[in-house]
Amino acid sequence: MMQLHKPNSIAALVVKRIGLGVVTLLVISLLIFAGVEALPGDLAQAVLGHSATPETVAAFRKELKLDLPAHERYVAWLGAFVKGDFGNSLANRRPVAELIGWRFANTIFLAAATALIAVPVAVVLGILAALYRNTLFDRLISMATLSTISFPEFFVAYILIALLSVQMAVFPSIANVNAQMNLWQKFYAIFLPCLTLALVVIAHMMRQTRAAIINILSSPFIEMANLKGLRRLRVVVQHAFPNALSPVINVIALNLAYLVVGVVIVEVVFVYPGLGQLLVDSVSKRDIPVVQASGLIFAATYVLLNLLADVLSIVSNPRLRNPR
Amino acid sequence: MKPLLEMKDIVIEGCTGESWDPIIKGLNLTLTKGEVLGLIGESGAGKSTLGLASMAYTRQGCRIASGSIVFDGQELFGAPEPEVRAIRGARIAYVAQSAAASFNPAHRLIRQYTEGPVQHGLMSTAEAEKKAVATYEQLLLPDPENIGYRFPHQVSGGQLQRAMVAMAMSCQPDIIIFDEPTTALDVTTQIEVLAAIKEITRRFNTAAIYITHDLAVVAQLADRIMVLRYGELVEENNAREMLENPRETYTRDLLAVRSFQKRKNLKAPDDVVLKIESVTAGYTGDDNVLESIDLEIRRGRTVALVGESGSGKSTLARVITGLLPPNQGRVIFKGKQLPAALKARKRKDLQRLQMIYQMPDTALNPRQKIRKIIGRPLKFYFNQNRKQQQRRILELLEQVELPAEYIDRYPTELSGGEKQRICIARALAAEPDLIICDEVTSALDQLVAEGILKLLLSLQRKLLVSYLFITHDLATVKAISDEIVVMLQGRIVEKGPKQKVLKPPHHAYTDRLLSSVPEMDPDWLDTLLQERAGRARGADIHPSVA
Repeated sequence: MMQLHKPNSIAALVVKRIGLGVVTLLVISLLIFAGVEALPGDLAQAVLGHSATPETVAAFRKELKLDLPAHERYVAWLGAFVKGDFGNSLANRRPVAELIGWRFANTIFLAAATALIAVPVAVVLGILAALYRNTLFDRLISMATLSTISFPEFFVAYILIALLSVQMAVFPSIANVNAQMNLWQKFYAIFLPCLTLALVVIAHMMRQTRAAIINILSSPFIEMANLKGLRRLRVVVQHAFPNALSPVINVIALNLAYLVVGVVIVEVVFVYPGLGQLLVDSVSKRDIPVVQASGLIFAATYVLLNLLADVLSIVSNPRLRNPR
Repeated sequence: MKPLLEMKDIVIEGCTGESWDPIIKGLNLTLTKGEVLGLIGESGAGKSTLGLASMAYTRQGCRIASGSIVFDGQELFGAPEPEVRAIRGARIAYVAQSAAASFNPAHRLIRQYTEGPVQHGLMSTAEAEKKAVATYEQLLLPDPENIGYRFPHQVSGGQLQRAMVAMAMSCQPDIIIFDEPTTALDVTTQIEVLAAIKEITRRFNTAAIYITHDLAVVAQLADRIMVLRYGELVEENNAREMLENPRETYTRDLLAVRSFQKRKNLKAPDDVVLKIESVTAGYTGDDNVLESIDLEIRRGRTVALVGESGSGKSTLARVITGLLPPNQGRVIFKGKQLPAALKARKRKDLQRLQMIYQMPDTALNPRQKIRKIIGRPLKFYFNQNRKQQQRRILELLEQVELPAEYIDRYPTELSGGEKQRICIARALAAEPDLIICDEVTSALDQLVAEGILKLLLSLQRKLLVSYLFITHDLATVKAISDEIVVMLQGRIVEKGPKQKVLKPPHHAYTDRLLSSVPEMDPDWLDTLLQERAGRARGADIHPSVA
């Protein structure tokens, strides 16, 4: 067995976390495969329709290797997936990678743009709320963020559409992006879905930031900072915040993961050409290779972001960063 | 002379949920330049609250209700925030009890030192850093040039406490509030910090308020002493006069706290209860925390296990209880070898070996009534029914001198000392032959601790139970032990009957340990430091002596 020694404990911890991540992904791939396998009815029959002759169905099954036992198909699928071969779509016979690639890029673009706005806003609001704890300002922020998180996101989306694209007609209600658009045009196009998502995730991150800082504010070293005659803002930002990083990083990672994998509804509402939209379409068309591939990509994103959060919160701990 | 700080009719209230109750009931306090005032009292006396109030600061849930705090001609009570902030840190500084908790774990020491003077606009960062190194040097911190660039967790407890004294000195304040700055330290480390505090307050003629529960410690530093109890003044006097002739009974009790001693128990039989044979143990593969420990405990006797934190005392307790199976060696209980691991031990083995812990707060389940807490071992070991349990619990409560009605109370309704008595009753419920007492009095006030020690001794006389008493407090050792075992870095450096170990000649380490215990004599620290310095000089001339 590999012995993990103390001196480079960060490296050891990171290696351990990565190992766990890989195991998690493996388990997820199994679950996805089993889930698809468990779909009722015969796949070939469903795809080809009722008019298909038994010969075409048999040929189709052979082509998809559906006649092989499940575990062999799983190993073959996973092996190919690892090598980057995602197979071909059943609906239009094009390579899955080609279908997914640009859509995934779109999803990442939307998530990144949202994160760019939401994370700083949430952290700053959280710090301010902790700084002015129990004042009118704190309560107003709490109320506003809580109400945005309490509405379902499609509702927020439609309200925004009604206000900003129907009433005032400043932003488009259909977030259509394509390769010909420049960056600003793209930003303009995705403004509404971006705002919708931001409203949904800010509350969570902001409240966690506030809670983490307030938790730290009762520490003796905060009392010491106050007794050194420091300004409140300095006490909160320089003394409390660095020690509150770990929980904040974790909640940010969770929300970023949500931005990538949980945007299906928002993508559908705004007809945004992202991976979520594709997944919904593929499930209804029984396009199994696409469903499997998208599922695994979503899972990988989720695991990767959480892994990153773990590593960052380890690194943010001075005890681990600077061993004795 | 005009006082530097004058606090008059201070009333501080604490919020108890429904109402505001007074914690400090109209106290006056004056401090002149360069004077050291000792604030003495047990927990809950309001020492820290009063000390912090001199900076017009109260902890959460407290407020200054009335009074006046005049510092250098300026009224601080009710003064606007920026004015008070300009005083805090710059002119009145604070040194807390736990340096480990009071340093920000995310910043380097020197950054926390320079922060005060730079933010108060007194120096540039470069100037402050230079001064930090000079202060670290004055306080005899090792490697003063570089120690500031470490994080708090990278230096030892005593060094950290001195670094905090240095930090308080960063703006050269007129007053420093020392809030139990040595309570969390070992005696040998305490000396270093006391010496540092004395040196720095003398050199800069800084006034200080020194808060502690330990009269012997404050006797070394204070010019004047105020004894507080329940937020009121018991007695105030010049330090020497108070030590020589205390006027109030309460002060006399505090002074007498270390004087009682165990009577020799003659009728105790001599059979060995616990024998430890060449035990070696450690938590990781290669580092041994304990090296070849041999130990014997006889029936009805108390063996005190003394040593500083990190010397392996508690690890030995873990080996005996089976929580940490040793790498080598045997634990023999009443002539029979115990299985090394806890899981392999029989119920009977567990029953005869009980433990009492340092923190009664965390050792008792706050959601269980006393009936259930003491009743559990009765059910577990003796399978007693409710009626039998009830009778036995009442008997045990009487033995630990608690009223019978406590049987239906929750631990939170009891005081610290009473909770520790419940822990003792729980241990006795199992009718053990040996009780391991792990620092059982160090979380308690001195008078309360004395009560617990007396109780343990009288129980021993009645029940002939043996104690393995783990402690770093030598006063406790003197009071209760029959035999003393001194540990240093996982090894036993000296052991034997109390009279022999306490009488010179000692092992060098035992000597250091014993001489580090503060005495009530106000000149004790100076004399000791001179002696040690003299000996160190002697050692330089004749290296072989060391």
